[in-house]
Amino acid sequence: MELIGILNYALFIGILAGIYALLSLGLNMQWGLAGLFNIGIVGFFAIGAYSFGIISGKVSNYHIGGWEMPMVLGAIGAMLIAAFFAWIIGKLCLRLRSDYLAIATIGLAETIRLVLKSETWLSGGPRGITGIPRPFSDLAYTESQMAFFALVVGLVFLTYLLLQRQLKAPWGRMMRAIRDNEISARSIGKEIEKKRLHAFILGCVLMALGGVLFAMFNRSITPEAMDPIHMTFLIWVMLILGGSGNNKGAILGALIVTTVWSVSEIITDQLPHEIAVQAKYARVFLVGLVLQLILRFRPEGLLPEFRLQANSK
Amino acid sequence: MDFLTFINFFIIPGLIVGAIYASGAIAINLLFGVLRFANLAIGDMITLGAYWALMAKVLGAPLWLALICSIVLSAMCALLLDKLFYAYLRPKPRIMMVMASLGVAFMIRAVVQVIWGVDPLSYSTGISRPERYAGLLLKDRELWTLAVIVSVFVGLFSYLKFSKWGKALLAYANNPELVSLCGVSVTRLIFITWLIVGTLVAICGFFMGLNTELKSMMGWHLLLPMFAAAILGGVGRIEGAIIGGFIIGLLEEMSVLVFPAEYKSAVAFVVLIAILLLRPTGLLKGKVL
Repeated sequence: MELIGILNYALFIGILAGIYALLSLGLNMQWGLAGLFNIGIVGFFAIGAYSFGIISGKVSNYHIGGWEMPMVLGAIGAMLIAAFFAWIIGKLCLRLRSDYLAIATIGLAETIRLVLKSETWLSGGPRGITGIPRPFSDLAYTESQMAFFALVVGLVFLTYLLLQRQLKAPWGRMMRAIRDNEISARSIGKEIEKKRLHAFILGCVLMALGGVLFAMFNRSITPEAMDPIHMTFLIWVMLILGGSGNNKGAILGALIVTTVWSVSEIITDQLPHEIAVQAKYARVFLVGLVLQLILRFRPEGLLPEFRLQANSK
Repeated sequence: MDFLTFINFFIIPGLIVGAIYASGAIAINLLFGVLRFANLAIGDMITLGAYWALMAKVLGAPLWLALICSIVLSAMCALLLDKLFYAYLRPKPRIMMVMASLGVAFMIRAVVQVIWGVDPLSYSTGISRPERYAGLLLKDRELWTLAVIVSVFVGLFSYLKFSKWGKALLAYANNPELVSLCGVSVTRLIFITWLIVGTLVAICGFFMGLNTELKSMMGWHLLLPMFAAAILGGVGRIEGAIIGGFIIGLLEEMSVLVFPAEYKSAVAFVVLIAILLLRPTGLLKGKVL
């Protein structure tokens, strides 16, 4: 492979890793900080991607929209729509224990997938949405990829800074207090359900932003691209591997898992066809095993959550 | 549409699906009750159960023997999974077990996909024609499904109500501290729980495979209706799971009368949301976790 091919491939992985890092940061907001177990990541991701496609995409005969709005408006709209859905689900499930949220978010993700597949007027059905605008698309391929990569990295960095700030602010301390000891937090008058809802919505908005970038990146989306659970599962592994509760860990995990996942795909593609298909599934098994091993031997992940030490004598 | 058509095309399929959901929902509720976590791997354990029976069938066993093989293998798998992936998490927060079970779900599915591939398979080829019983259309396999599942329910129920360890199990689900203080071996209760869960997932998978076909995703798609059934009936309540399973099965089949058929599988989600909103304890006043 020539140098330019390697560069293009590295950019491709970099962009994907950046998008996944946003999702994993969003999950960290929910799980790492607030202890909320969301397995519907791909649902919010899809809401973001499709809403962006409808708001900013080209006019289509198959489905409502493309309203060809500016991309920034599309992205904001997509995040607002995701926030609305997150609000509904959060309102219903956050009063109860986290197991219920897990199940309800699975249900939401599956139902969204059904709707996207069957409501052609809304989502283009199996055909999906095409003609989605992409920033820097008038540049040559490599330059355009580089510019897009810079945009993704910039967004991840900005998100990281904002979240870090939020984490160190009283709000972050309060969220950890709620997570670690609900009763004592409640006893000093913190409105737990409301705060959890905030964290849940914020996380889902970040997931929708990931979806927006993914739609821009591919310029089209189909229900198949929203591979329902693999993606959710990978994001979970990213966060647990990197270290839940630690934003740097979330980004590191996204980087490692995306790289290993994509590179292993190159390897499995080299294999003869019959084994190649099996090797693809064996890969999922290994990821599952890695998750179990981390949970068992290093539950805090590669970069443990930063904790202020109490001033002991 | 006359009454018989309604029964034949909506009620009977609803009861069959409902019985299958109910058997999975009992497994979910037992685990909720005893180990106190939502096991997301139940769906894929069901898939594996269905494929164990297929393996026995391919090796030449008749169907009834295939079911028994599947039960034995599934129970062993359930115990092994507990030992490998859940046991060490018991002192930790419960949600860690939910996460481990998500990983287990993906691992089991990957094993099924590697060994048996992703193309649909089935236990038998050819079309089975329904017989007419006083106007009711029933296939042989549907009769067997109802007969076996209902007798398993009766058996399980009498075990839990009348045997020493069954009563201990129910008591433990109700008040774990008290039961362990009474000197009942919790290890043994957990062992029994996984045995029952293994049996139920094998039965659920076998009859799902018998009435439809075997796919690597079949169990994952059962997960939502089964959890909806478990929560609808009341978390931790065995009778509740049975009632919930039949209600979800019947509602799914009848939803076709009102909504497009694509949304059949969204019924469970709607029921789940409705019950969480209106009565989180479920119909039978289960626990609220």
